[in-house]
Amino acid sequence: MADGVVVEPLLQLLEKADGGLDSLQVATGLRVDHQLVVGAVKSLQSLGEVISAEQRSSKRWELSCEGKEIAEQGSHEARVFNSVPPEGLAQSQLMNLPSGKVGFSKAMSNKWIRLDKNAEGGPRVYRVVESIEDLVQKKLLLAQQGQTDSLEEKDKNELKKRKLLNEVNVKSYWITKGSAFSTSVTKQETDLTPEMISSFTEMPTNNFIESSFWNFDALFQPQQHPARDQHDTFFLSDPACANHFPEDYLERVKRVHSEGGYGSQGYKYDWKIEEAAKNILRTHTTAVSARMLYRLAQQEEFTPVKYFSIDRVFRNETLDATHLAEFHQIEGVVADYGLTLGDLMGILHQFFTKLGITKLRFKPAYNPYTEPSMEVFSYHEGLQKWVEVGNSGVFRPEMLLPMGLPEGVSVIAWGLSLERPTMIKYGINNIRELVGHKVHLQMVYDSPVCRLDC
Amino acid sequence: MPTVSVKRDLLFKALGREYTDEEFDELCFEFGLELDEITSEKDIIAKEQGTVKAEGASDDILYKIDVPANRYDLLCLEGLSRGLQVFKERCEPPRFKRVVPANGDLQRLLITEETAQVRPHAVAAVLRNISFNQEHYESFIELQEKLHQNVCRKRTLVAIGTHDLDTISGPFTYTAKPPEDIKFTPLNQSKEYTASELMHLYKNDSHLRHYLHIIEDKPVYPVIYDSNGIVLSMPPIINGNHTKISLNTKNVFIECTGTDLTKAKIVLDMMVTMFSEYCEEPFTVEAAEVLYPDGNTYIYPELPYRKETLTGDLINKKIGVSETPESIAKLLTRMCLKSNVSGTEGVIEVEIPPTRPDIIHACDIVEDAAIAFGFNNIKRTIPTTYTVANQFPLNKLTELLRQDMAAAGFTEALTFALCSKEDIADKLCKDIGNIRAVHISNPKTAEFQVARTTLLPGLLKTVAANRKMPLPLKLFEISDVVLKDSKTDVGAKNNRRLCAVYYNKSPGFEVIHGLLDRIMQLLDIKPGKEQGYYIQAAEDATFFPGRCAEILALGQSVGKLGVLHPDVISKFELTMPCSALDIDIEPFL
Repeated sequence: MADGVVVEPLLQLLEKADGGLDSLQVATGLRVDHQLVVGAVKSLQSLGEVISAEQRSSKRWELSCEGKEIAEQGSHEARVFNSVPPEGLAQSQLMNLPSGKVGFSKAMSNKWIRLDKNAEGGPRVYRVVESIEDLVQKKLLLAQQGQTDSLEEKDKNELKKRKLLNEVNVKSYWITKGSAFSTSVTKQETDLTPEMISSFTEMPTNNFIESSFWNFDALFQPQQHPARDQHDTFFLSDPACANHFPEDYLERVKRVHSEGGYGSQGYKYDWKIEEAAKNILRTHTTAVSARMLYRLAQQEEFTPVKYFSIDRVFRNETLDATHLAEFHQIEGVVADYGLTLGDLMGILHQFFTKLGITKLRFKPAYNPYTEPSMEVFSYHEGLQKWVEVGNSGVFRPEMLLPMGLPEGVSVIAWGLSLERPTMIKYGINNIRELVGHKVHLQMVYDSPVCRLDC
Repeated sequence: MPTVSVKRDLLFKALGREYTDEEFDELCFEFGLELDEITSEKDIIAKEQGTVKAEGASDDILYKIDVPANRYDLLCLEGLSRGLQVFKERCEPPRFKRVVPANGDLQRLLITEETAQVRPHAVAAVLRNISFNQEHYESFIELQEKLHQNVCRKRTLVAIGTHDLDTISGPFTYTAKPPEDIKFTPLNQSKEYTASELMHLYKNDSHLRHYLHIIEDKPVYPVIYDSNGIVLSMPPIINGNHTKISLNTKNVFIECTGTDLTKAKIVLDMMVTMFSEYCEEPFTVEAAEVLYPDGNTYIYPELPYRKETLTGDLINKKIGVSETPESIAKLLTRMCLKSNVSGTEGVIEVEIPPTRPDIIHACDIVEDAAIAFGFNNIKRTIPTTYTVANQFPLNKLTELLRQDMAAAGFTEALTFALCSKEDIADKLCKDIGNIRAVHISNPKTAEFQVARTTLLPGLLKTVAANRKMPLPLKLFEISDVVLKDSKTDVGAKNNRRLCAVYYNKSPGFEVIHGLLDRIMQLLDIKPGKEQGYYIQAAEDATFFPGRCAEILALGQSVGKLGVLHPDVISKFELTMPCSALDIDIEPFL
C-alpha cells in the first residue's frame, strides 16, 4: 500500500523522539505529502497498541493562488516597475499589462514611479528610483517555506487583506508510542476495499478454438503431457492447424522447452512446431491469459494488471453426473512486481468470501505452468468435509520470461469451474439439471434470485 | 494424478509409528498428497467381481494415495515412506553412490544402428546382491508399472526391463529386427513365438494390447540379446521368460529403452534409487556401460547431484515470509533437498538429488520451502496492485440485452457449444458442405462432432425436452457460435448471436417480429434503410417458404427471422408451429 513506505520511517522517527511527534512535522521531515503520513498513522492504529495518536487542529498560514503567483513572479507593483524602461512608458500601454491596473496604484503609493500627465502623446509613466526591494514577494516566500513566525502580525494581516495569504485550520495527529510499540510491524490481513475487488479487467475470451501453442506450449506444458492426449482434448480436423505465431516468441518457447534457459533446466526433448500448430477446443481460459500476458509484455513499459474471465472450456472426458464435455471456467490473474504466495492466498480469501465461502485451506499441488501450485479447499458445512473448490498458483518463469515480461514481475492466477460450486450451493446432483437443453424449464421459472451472501 | 496403493501396516512400519486415518490424511494434505481411499484387496474384488469371488482375498487395509504427477520418487512404498520420514525429520535423505565392481568389468550394452528406426535410446544399471522378500518384490514390479503409466507415457517414451543377471551373460546387444526374425519364449509363456505371432497373441490381452500400437507399424522391432543370443526383452512390449526375476534373484540387470533419452535416464535413476535400499551395501548401484553405434560410450546410471545457489531473501520474498537463511536451509532439507547456508550474505546452497528431477528451476525450490513451512502457516496478505476495471464490451452489451430479453417475457436457455453435424445441417434442412463449421477430429460420441454455427438447434432441443410445459414457450439465448475464418491465426472465430424462439399453437410471427422491433429499440436503431433497420423477404430452407425475412441493419445483413419449416419442427420432435429470430449482435457494439 502507498502508505506502507511511510510506516517504517515514521516508526524510526518515533523511536528517537522524546514524547511524541506531530504528523505535519513528520511530513515536512520526510518530505512526503501529509495525507500519506495520516494514512500510515491510520494503518498503524489498526494494528492495536503500536502507537497512539491524538487528533489536534492548528492554524497555519497558506498562500492563496495569487499569493503563490506573486511568490514566484514578484508583486504586481514590482512587475509594473520592472516593465517601465528608463525612457518611460505610455500609461495606456502600461494599463494593458496583466499587472497594470493593480500594480500601478501600489507602485505609485510606494513612490517607485511617477506619472507625467502632460507628456507628449498622452500621460506617461517614469521611474522614480533606480531599484526596488520587493518586500511583498519576500514575505510570501517566507510564508511559503513555513516561516510565518518571522513575519510581523501586521504584515500577515496586510497580506491577508490583499488575499495573498489565508489562515487555515489544519488537522494533524500528535503521535506517541503505544504500549506495544515496536519499529517492525507485521502486517495483518487487511479488509476488502471496493477498489481492490472491482478493479479487474475482463479478458476477451470469445475464441473457443485455440492453437496447442497458446493452450499448452506457451504455458510451458511439455508436448508429451497427458493433457495433450487425444483422450483429454478435442482436436480439430478442419481447420486442423493454426498458421500464424509471433515468430521470435515461438523460438524462445521452443528453446525453453528443449534446452532450458531463464534459469531453467528445460524439459530437454525434441520440440515440434507441428505439435504446437494443432488446433484444439481450448481446455482452459488460461490460453487467453497467456495471450493477454504476451500482449502486456509487448508494452513499452510494464504496468500492473488484474484480469478475470468467465467462459466455456472443453475437455474430451468421459461424461458422468458431474462432468460434461464443456463447462465454464472462472479465472483470475494479477501481475505486478513482487507478488508473494501470501498475496495469492489473501486474494483467494477475498474472492471466495465474496462467494460466501470463508473457511479455506491450501494444499500443495502440481501444475505444469504454476510453481508453487495450490489446490484450494473449503469446508462444506452441509457435507461436513473439506471439498476442493479451485486451483491456483504462481506462473512459472519459463512461461513469463520468454514472453518478455520483466524479471521481477510475478503473476498469480487461480481458476475454478462455475458449475461445481453452483451444484454444491443448490444441492444439484446431476449437472444436466443445471446446464444444457435437458434443463427443466419449471426450475428456471421457479428459482429465487441468486444471493451469495446468505 | 497417479494413485499409489500401499498396505497401511507396512507403511506404518516403515514410518516407525501408527497414525489414525485422520492423522494420516492430515499429514498427506500438508505434504501435498491426498489420501484418496481406504480399502482392502477384498473390498476391491468384491466391488468389481462380487462378494463370492472376494472370499479368501486379503483383508489388509490398503491406502490409496494420490501423488503429484511430477513426483516420480513417491510412486512406491519405499520412496513414499522415505519422503515422509525426511519431511518429519526422522531420518536423513540417503546418499546414492555409483560403484564399479572390484574387477573393474562393467556390464556393457551395445546399441546397433537399426534401433534408430524405432527406439534409439537405451540406458542400463545393475543392482548387486539384492535381497527381495515378497513385499519388496511386489513393490518392485508395481513401481515399474507406475513409471510406465506416468513418466514413460504408457511405454511410448520409455520402457523398463528388469532381468536376473545370473541367468544371462554380457555384453548385451540392443538391436532392431523384422518381426519374423525375432523368436523367443515371452514372460510367463511356455513356448516360443515370433514377434509377429506375439503381436497377434497379445491383441486380446487386457494389459499388453494397449502397447502394441507403439511398434506395430514399424518395419523392425526392438530387441535385446545377451552374448549367447538369449532374448532379454522386446521393448516396449514384453520381457523374455528366461531372465524372469524371482524372490531368489540376487543380481538385477535393469535396462530402459526409449525415444526420449532424458526421460529414460530419469526412469533408470528412479528404479535404482528406490530399490538399492535392499542391496547388501544399501544405496549403491553398479554402473553399466552403453555403447552407441557412433562409437560414443556412456556410463549409467547418472545419479546426478546438482548444486543450485539462491538467497534466503529471494525465497522469503517469493513466499511472503521472513525466515532466516538457516531456517530456510532446514526447511529445504526436509524436502530431501540438502541445503546449507554458505557465506554471510544469506546465500543458500541447495543440492538437488537424483530422486528429484522435478526441480528444474529456482521456483521449484521456492515451492518446496513453502511446503515445508506449511502453506497454511503463511500470512495471507493483500497485494497493493491498483488497476482500473473494465468489462469486455461485447459481454457488457450481452448482459444488458439479456435483462431486457427476460423483461420481454422470454426465458433464457444455456445450451451446449458442441453438437452433431445433424443438428446444424440435416435437422435445419441444410447441407453440411455449405456450412462454415469447425469439425472435431476425435469425438467420443456424435454429440461432439462440430462446434455450433447457430444457437437455434440448442433452443429447439430445449423446447423438445420441455414439451409438457404450458404453452407458449418463449426462449432465448445470447452466446457464441464458431465459424471458420481464414483471417484469424487459428482459422476460426467466435460470433456472438442472439436467438429467440416462440413455440405455440399458432406460429406467432408477429411475436417474434415484435421482439425484433424491441431489440432494435434497445439498440437505438430506428426503422429505415440507411442507418436504420428493415426486413426483406428471403428464402432459407430452415424456414417456411414465404414466411422468412432477412434482417438488415446499419447497411448489412445481421440475421433472419420467420416461421420454421414443418420439416425442421418434426426433425426436432416438436408438434407445434414455431417462429424464430437469429441475429449477430457484434455489428451493434
